[in-house]
Amino acid sequence: MSDAGAKAVEVRGLSKVFNAGRPNEVPALVEIDLVIEPGEFVSLIGPSGCGKSTQLRLIANLLEPTSGEILVNGKPARKARLDQDYGMAFQQAGLFDWRSVVKNVELPLELKGWDRAKRRTRALEMLDLVKLTEFADHFPWQLSGGMQQRVAIARALAAHPPLLLMDEPFGALDEMTREHMQAELLRICGETSTTVVFVTHSIPEAVYLSTRVVVMSPRPGRITDVVEVDLGTRRDLDTREADAFFKKVTEVREALRGIQPAGIEPDIEQVVEEP
Amino acid sequence: MTRARRVWTFALALVLVAVVWELYKWIGPQDGGTVFGWTILPRANDQAMPHVWDMLSRYAQPERRGSTTSIFQVVLSGAWFTFRLALTGFVLGTAIGLGLAVLMARFRFVERGLLPYLILSQTVPLIALAPLVVSWGGKLHVGGFEWPRWLSAAVLGAFLAFFPVAVGTLRGLTATPPASLELMDSFAASWRQTLFKLRFPAAVPYMVPALKLAATASVVGVVVAELSTGLAGGVGRLIIEYAREATSDPAKVYTAVFGAAALGLVLYGLVTLIDLVTMRNRPREAGG
Repeated sequence: MSDAGAKAVEVRGLSKVFNAGRPNEVPALVEIDLVIEPGEFVSLIGPSGCGKSTQLRLIANLLEPTSGEILVNGKPARKARLDQDYGMAFQQAGLFDWRSVVKNVELPLELKGWDRAKRRTRALEMLDLVKLTEFADHFPWQLSGGMQQRVAIARALAAHPPLLLMDEPFGALDEMTREHMQAELLRICGETSTTVVFVTHSIPEAVYLSTRVVVMSPRPGRITDVVEVDLGTRRDLDTREADAFFKKVTEVREALRGIQPAGIEPDIEQVVEEP
Repeated sequence: MTRARRVWTFALALVLVAVVWELYKWIGPQDGGTVFGWTILPRANDQAMPHVWDMLSRYAQPERRGSTTSIFQVVLSGAWFTFRLALTGFVLGTAIGLGLAVLMARFRFVERGLLPYLILSQTVPLIALAPLVVSWGGKLHVGGFEWPRWLSAAVLGAFLAFFPVAVGTLRGLTATPPASLELMDSFAASWRQTLFKLRFPAAVPYMVPALKLAATASVVGVVVAELSTGLAGGVGRLIIEYAREATSDPAKVYTAVFGAAALGLVLYGLVTLIDLVTMRNRPREAGG
């Protein structure tokens, strides 16, 4: 599926200005360079208004950059989106109320024009992967928040894209469900060897999940630090209690210190958060 | 509310109206009342306000002296005639309304240009429009197609029905959550796919009340069209005919009026059925 030797994501000299040329012009991202190798799990972390969600949407081609170049899977971002080279999950699971769980997972396959039998088989495989097989015929509102988010992940991965883009997917979940979901996400991505770009503002979440944590600062949004996390590929409950884990958490926290939190100029922050 | 309770409250409301009617007949002034010189209290005599039981029993009696068919049969066949026209008008109006809503949702300039005229169209009095539609229809000859007179009535029903459908559906199609639209974009869905797989299903809660309005509006449109174009066979025509006999047979006109009301309810019920089917798996808001 992915071109041999191609980077999962390649971002060069990326800038994004909202409302360019108008009085309420906001520079959201300035001169971003980021290369992500296949198989990596990269978190974008920073205070709100640092443009991490904007960067994710630019990679997803849901927004057009003001300048710079974005390659996904070796292709221009737009081509990658049209080829469904990535799947995406948002903070709100965003399942369709009128579709059963299995029909929700089938959605991207349906849009690609797969036939009924083939997509049902794949959707059931995906539900098996997220351990929700027995809920296939339930409707979204009958599931808990964590289960809904698992369905959303199954949907995002249904077409077996090499890349998964996630925008604070566990932000609305309680702490316990959240930790469980993090472990599940690592297992799922390990089994499917999916590259992940993950936006969060939780430091422990970023450290636990990632091979690399990208630290960003607001006004204008830019990358200030990149922290490599070498906790190995097998991470479990013990990982969260290991000294190495806390050291990395401290390292990311240090990198975030000195970054002036947004919110001092709330009007600008809101413009950036809601492009 | 459970369905059984709804049926009960509906029946109770009917009985209550009958009770209030009879109560007024009992205490109200026989020849109308004046308050400070204004004649505002309706006359309570049997000619102006027949007894409820007289109206109901009138259904079983023959339509006119010497006739063998009961008035029930006559009203029923008139209602059936009007029902088919109203249903045609409703379907036609819904199709036009949906088409306009999709166009307006797709192209903002269509919405800006068209919506004021749609609103304007509803201010044209139906009574004035009805003869025009009949004469336009009469001049229409496409191939072997002859414009039947009943089609004018159906068109007038559609004229009233399309408006709530267009406005309600437009509202629903443009109220899609932005996050869901972003999701469809991330799956590279076409505008058409987004329309049928997301926008329309998400718009159903907005469309159902609009369709209910359209259902009753199409009945009103057809009945008024029957009256003003002189189309025979429907319940609208019966209302006019029977009203002329109001002095000698006051209960008679009410049989036709109730027939028209029942008609509206049946069409409304059909829409409720659509609602139940399309929303069967969705969470219901409290009281909805």
